[in-house]
Amino acid sequence: MELKEKLVASFMAFENRGNVDLDSKVHQVRTEAFEFFEKNDFPTKRDENWKYTSLKSVLKHDYNVFPKKENTLEFKDVKKYFIHDLDSYKIVFIDGVYSSFLSETTHEGFDICLMSSALKMEKYSGVMEKYFNKIAPKETLTSLNTAFADEGAYIKIGNNTVVPRPIQVINFSTGAEKDIIIQPRNLVIVGENSQVQIIERHQSLTEDHKTFTNSVTEIFADKSSIVDYYKIQNDLETSSLIDGTYIEQQEKSVVNVSTFSFGGKLTRNNLVFHQQGSRTESNLNGISILDGKQHVDNQTLVKHNSPDCESNEMYKGIYAGKSKGVFGGKIIVDQIAQRINAFQKNNSILIGEKSEINAKPQLEIFADDVKCSHGCTIGQLDEDALFYLQSRGIPKKEAKALLLFAFGNDVLEKIKIPQLKSRIRKQIAKSLKVNLEFEW
Amino acid sequence: MLKIKNLHASINGNDILKGISLEVKAGEVHAIMGPNGAGKSTLASIIAGKEDYDVTDGEISLDGNDIMELSPEERAHKGVFLSFQYPVEIPGVSVTNFIKTSINESRKAQGLEEMPAKDMLKMIREKSDLLEIDRKFLSRSLNEGFSGGEKKRNEIFQMAMLEPKLAILDETDSGLDIDALRIVANGINKLKSKDNAVIVITHYQRLLDHIVPDFVHVLHDGKIVKSGTKELALELEEKGYDWLKNI
Repeated sequence: MELKEKLVASFMAFENRGNVDLDSKVHQVRTEAFEFFEKNDFPTKRDENWKYTSLKSVLKHDYNVFPKKENTLEFKDVKKYFIHDLDSYKIVFIDGVYSSFLSETTHEGFDICLMSSALKMEKYSGVMEKYFNKIAPKETLTSLNTAFADEGAYIKIGNNTVVPRPIQVINFSTGAEKDIIIQPRNLVIVGENSQVQIIERHQSLTEDHKTFTNSVTEIFADKSSIVDYYKIQNDLETSSLIDGTYIEQQEKSVVNVSTFSFGGKLTRNNLVFHQQGSRTESNLNGISILDGKQHVDNQTLVKHNSPDCESNEMYKGIYAGKSKGVFGGKIIVDQIAQRINAFQKNNSILIGEKSEINAKPQLEIFADDVKCSHGCTIGQLDEDALFYLQSRGIPKKEAKALLLFAFGNDVLEKIKIPQLKSRIRKQIAKSLKVNLEFEW
Repeated sequence: MLKIKNLHASINGNDILKGISLEVKAGEVHAIMGPNGAGKSTLASIIAGKEDYDVTDGEISLDGNDIMELSPEERAHKGVFLSFQYPVEIPGVSVTNFIKTSINESRKAQGLEEMPAKDMLKMIREKSDLLEIDRKFLSRSLNEGFSGGEKKRNEIFQMAMLEPKLAILDETDSGLDIDALRIVANGINKLKSKDNAVIVITHYQRLLDHIVPDFVHVLHDGKIVKSGTKELALELEEKGYDWLKNI
């Protein structure tokens, strides 16, 4: 059966599982989203936004739509996928099902818990009505996720609260369910003057079976809040990920999203910021280091809908082997968004003879008093710099890695959690296949 | 120590070096002077192993061993050091960590253990004092945002740390003010011994007031057109290079 047919056939069963009241608002939203998906189907390369990324090879597998049972994992076996030296809250899912054993959630002072509870429990219905699916766009993959929205992280922070520990959200797939489609749905609501840090990861543990993750996250940042969101994408080559992250910011809020893509067969990130209050700041950072036949597509959109705001975007990519990168950076400045400052930078280094990058900056400016700058470079390693390092006794391979480190450094410097920074550095060294232990 | 015989080199089909022969013995200081475009920096780069050039003829040996087939890092491990005219900026890597990596890579190549952190620190302290380098400077990213003078001083600091057998200083004096020049030259003089050698590449006499050469060679159009002692440098300062072009 085609994946679409299978999903269509599964929807009824999904809604009849009884986890959500069929009279509820959530049910209504899911049904509408389902109808949209059914009508519009998966995107193809004919869609302008998907010109350089084909889902064909991802969609051809016979994915299991519902996990049948609760699978378990031993912490020691998956420890390395956590930032384990970091004191944190944890929300962990195995094959799409919550693992209480690996998680550490809380309701004390704030909610760090499960989307499934938030979707079905009466006490959350007001919040759901206000926030659920409010900024996720009507696009087929997002709608598909909404239709099957069931499990994920639910994080709600009230006003004037600094969450003392970062939150790790990890989705494992084990292969116990054969090929599987997982559709995490996360909701993050951060109150006025509050702060939170979130680290998100999708990790397959099997090379025998395919994982297709279609994840959607909505983030609401109220006045003067600060949200740091880190995405670690370092999955096996049997896994593909479509991620949609949609953010709405109120006055003076700061939201930073950093995306680190080192693995996976195909990764597509749709990242959208809506600046709904004046003096907001949005920072988008990304590093992709790819090899083999990996494919990463970063599509970002910053909508400056308010005056006196700022956005800073910096994406760096290193492409080896036959890997392929796509970058689309769109900035839209509304007529009322005067005195905004939008900065975009996209730098790529191609080190594989058959590697490829397609970059497309796009600026649409309807206000007259704005500062927008963008720069896009595609290059190779600087031979003179390489010679300089070699002449100091550093072997060519290490010298190359050192230069690539230096290339990605300004993005790395944005990471605010030291343990995470050190992990990402080590991962970069590993991706570059060197054993460099710089203390920096 | 260093023997260059009839060296010819070209880049993109343009001949740059047209038969250079030079012998540098341990304990000696040689100055190579000459006008712009004479091939001075090319010669320095080729000795250090830069691969962009086609060496069409000739030999280079170090301590009797042919080094032509060695990579730049292998030459560095054998004690060749080139101080760059335009050092490269490496953001995110501090001066200290860079020099640690550099030293330990050389030690690794020689089958030695990494230098203990304590010894490394002590050495860094000594050498930075020698060149009157502020400690804060050492934690900055390598060459990033350094002034011309800071970059050159940093090059000599690296030289001091690596203790090369053969140091080639490519226009180390450019970008230095009088005080910095004195400090850098003083440092180089203190690093000199009977076991190592220095090749100083410069346009001007002024560096040679501080680092006194045993021999001076004039390079013009890819050839050494005149060699002499330190008096030759003074003569060049007075007469310029034009009179040599007709030799």
